[in-house]
Amino acid sequence: MSNLLDVQNLWVKFPTRTGVFDAVRGINFKLGQERLGIVGESGSGKSMTGRAILRLIRSPGIVTADKMDLEGVDLMSRTEKEMRAVRGKKISMIMQDPKFSLNPVMRVGQQISEAYRLHAKVSKSEAKRKSIEMLEAVAIRDPERVYNMYPHEVSGGMGQRIMIAMMLIPDPKIMIADEPTSALDVSVQMQVLEIMDKLVKERGMGLIFISHDLNLVSSFCDRVLIMYAGRVVETLAADKLHEAQHPYTQGLLNSLPRLDAPTDRLQVLQRDPAWANEPSVSA
Amino acid sequence: MNEILIENLNVWFGEHDERVDAVKGANLSVPKGGSFGLVGESGSGKSTILRAIMGLALTWNGKMEVGGETLGPKRTRTFYRKVQMVFQDPYASLHPRHSVDQVLSETLSLHGFDDIETRIAKLLDDVGLGPSFRFRYPHQLSGGQRQRVAIARALAPEPEVLLLDEPTSALDVSVQAEILNLLTDLRAEHKLTYLMVSHDLAVVGHICSDIAVMQLGEIVETLTVEDMRAMRTTHPYTKHLLESSLL
Amino acid sequence: MSVSDTLPKPGLREWLLTDTPTSRRHAKATVIYQAWLSFKRNPMAMIGLGILVFLVLVAAFAAILAPHDPFTQDLAARLQPPLSEGYILGSDSLGRDILSRLIYGSRITLYIVTLVTILAPVVGLFVGTIAGYTGGWTDAILMRITDIFLAFPRLVLALAFVAALGAGIENAVLAISLTAWPAYARIARAETLTIRNTDYIHAVKLQGAGPLRIIIKHIWPLCISSLVVRVTLDMAGIILAAAGLGFLGLGAQPPSPEWGAMISEGRRFILDHWWIATMPGLAIFTVSLAFNLLGDGLRDVLDPKDGTS
Repeated sequence: MSNLLDVQNLWVKFPTRTGVFDAVRGINFKLGQERLGIVGESGSGKSMTGRAILRLIRSPGIVTADKMDLEGVDLMSRTEKEMRAVRGKKISMIMQDPKFSLNPVMRVGQQISEAYRLHAKVSKSEAKRKSIEMLEAVAIRDPERVYNMYPHEVSGGMGQRIMIAMMLIPDPKIMIADEPTSALDVSVQMQVLEIMDKLVKERGMGLIFISHDLNLVSSFCDRVLIMYAGRVVETLAADKLHEAQHPYTQGLLNSLPRLDAPTDRLQVLQRDPAWANEPSVSA
Repeated sequence: MNEILIENLNVWFGEHDERVDAVKGANLSVPKGGSFGLVGESGSGKSTILRAIMGLALTWNGKMEVGGETLGPKRTRTFYRKVQMVFQDPYASLHPRHSVDQVLSETLSLHGFDDIETRIAKLLDDVGLGPSFRFRYPHQLSGGQRQRVAIARALAPEPEVLLLDEPTSALDVSVQAEILNLLTDLRAEHKLTYLMVSHDLAVVGHICSDIAVMQLGEIVETLTVEDMRAMRTTHPYTKHLLESSLL
Repeated sequence: MSVSDTLPKPGLREWLLTDTPTSRRHAKATVIYQAWLSFKRNPMAMIGLGILVFLVLVAAFAAILAPHDPFTQDLAARLQPPLSEGYILGSDSLGRDILSRLIYGSRITLYIVTLVTILAPVVGLFVGTIAGYTGGWTDAILMRITDIFLAFPRLVLALAFVAALGAGIENAVLAISLTAWPAYARIARAETLTIRNTDYIHAVKLQGAGPLRIIIKHIWPLCISSLVVRVTLDMAGIILAAAGLGFLGLGAQPPSPEWGAMISEGRRFILDHWWIATMPGLAIFTVSLAFNLLGDGLRDVLDPKDGTS
């Protein structure tokens, strides 16, 4: 399995009035044609990692890396114009809430067509045809009707599926999903994840799944990275989660209430300041 | 003796053509000292029931009783001394310009307490925040700390019933555990009755002993937490929710 | 419980920057100091503030600073150009020193600014928050009244006042305030409508708070920041409006050294004796610019768009 993405020593820093804040502190990982999960709590740097890969972090944020290669080609040295050819076409991103990532004053079909025509020189009718095809692929019944709807007329789950259609239509190699199901109801989450899974497998893509939900990520991904305070503290195969070694991962797992394991008091994670200072684990 | 009793409650918004029925024909009862959970997905009406009890829903009919007294269209100050609510989003439930001290002292003086200083100190202690948090503003507090302040505010009038609207869903996993433990401890210490709303079955299973499952405004099933753990469910929606939650 | 009981004597700066204030006064002081630090980082805003501080000082010490009396006429020295002996900015058609008139005129400018600031936003805040919070008929009636005042053209109203009450600076200010308050009422109402539905307002209602307490203690503190910003940004327009009224002879009356009136007097001489109209014009420009810069800086501090507040 060749590497789609190779990241070495990624740092994301933000200068503030009271000093430099390091959101991501020297992490390394490789992504192949697999589903990689990045798990962490708020402030762990997981979302920043996703954005850094797409070079979406604006000044005053500073992104540095020894290496950030997409299929062997360096991303760090690309100009903004070159990055625009990468975003969407090679790497695309799905965010948490379709309410905020779909343009509320444009019909959804138009947004998908626009995404397609940004990277392929086709006619409007060809783009429309392809968009409707994509809407079918994300299991939307009656795609012709949905094509003409506005974002506020569709439900959360449908909105997220529309986002997936929009992000996959240019046929990228990698998809970064940043909490794609956190704003959705539990029963809809499964449906959206299944669709994502099917499409990623069919197209031989790599998927980076960013979430705070350790159980969700482990059931959906092949490999999991656990981040804490900007560093990767542990990496494991998803089915080996119960064999986690690092006290932070164990603490996270043990502090969740479980339907099948009732307890009087939940174990509270005791944070050890040493975890923030250990070097990152390479993945 | 039932602390909370709801019979055939209907809550709706809008009139005629624009009417949306948020809650339809709800029945539930919570014994004194009990802990009852309302679960469902968004739009199920679970939060609306809490708001109706607190007097925040304008159009409703049916019967609501708390502590034996039937509730009418308005709520009195005595009611608010008895029943309090903790809101979901700790980032939205504290006034951005009021310090913790202002929030608690205003609450205490609204309820007519005199010994505000001692009470504030005790409340902060009860929720696990020390005196150093007293004069902070919300933007100087983390999500978990803000939720603790919200809980302190709810406890200030010495209520008997706490309504909890998804109290941990906006918090990180590790902070959630702390807050859930705090809620467990407070209930034991102050002999409170809880009515908790959540979409997370595991959280409800941890705190509550009985559960009502809601779908599209209706309570489709009421069962004990043990039954739920053992998957002894009767309604297909409950089964569906359980399956989605157990990954 | 005071600082001196529990901690070793910290420096004043640490005291003001602390994350754990120890008393109500301390908490308020930290908020103000940190807002000030944030404001200080904006050089343009500091320039604006500097100009305004300078204006206040000039107005306060006018008697000491002005080289001549602003009303003394010296027809032998009329129409002197700038940098003449004794008349740094020149003299006008009656031989009065323009610099001295500008200095004394700053008092009038400040007077106008203060009066309008006291009247218009305060009335707007009251009307807007009460309308927004109460809703129903009260809201409808108050908003229709607001619309009526909004429809009045400022100059026409000023003319009406002059006709009814006579010309003068107070009447000009009244006219300006009466046409300015509706905008603030609308802002306050819009903010109130948003704030009204937040959980923290629900929470305090659930403690038994009545509408008066909610409006005064909970809603006003949140509206005031946007009003302050709006007023400072409007201030340029208000000064210009007063100057315009003065220009038309509807505001300050001669021989008052109001800057707008000075421009009017200089109009006849603009071709050959440009300084008589231009100097007061520059003064108005500078003060308006200063208010704009200050308003921008205040907005960044009080109403930041980056999500921090």
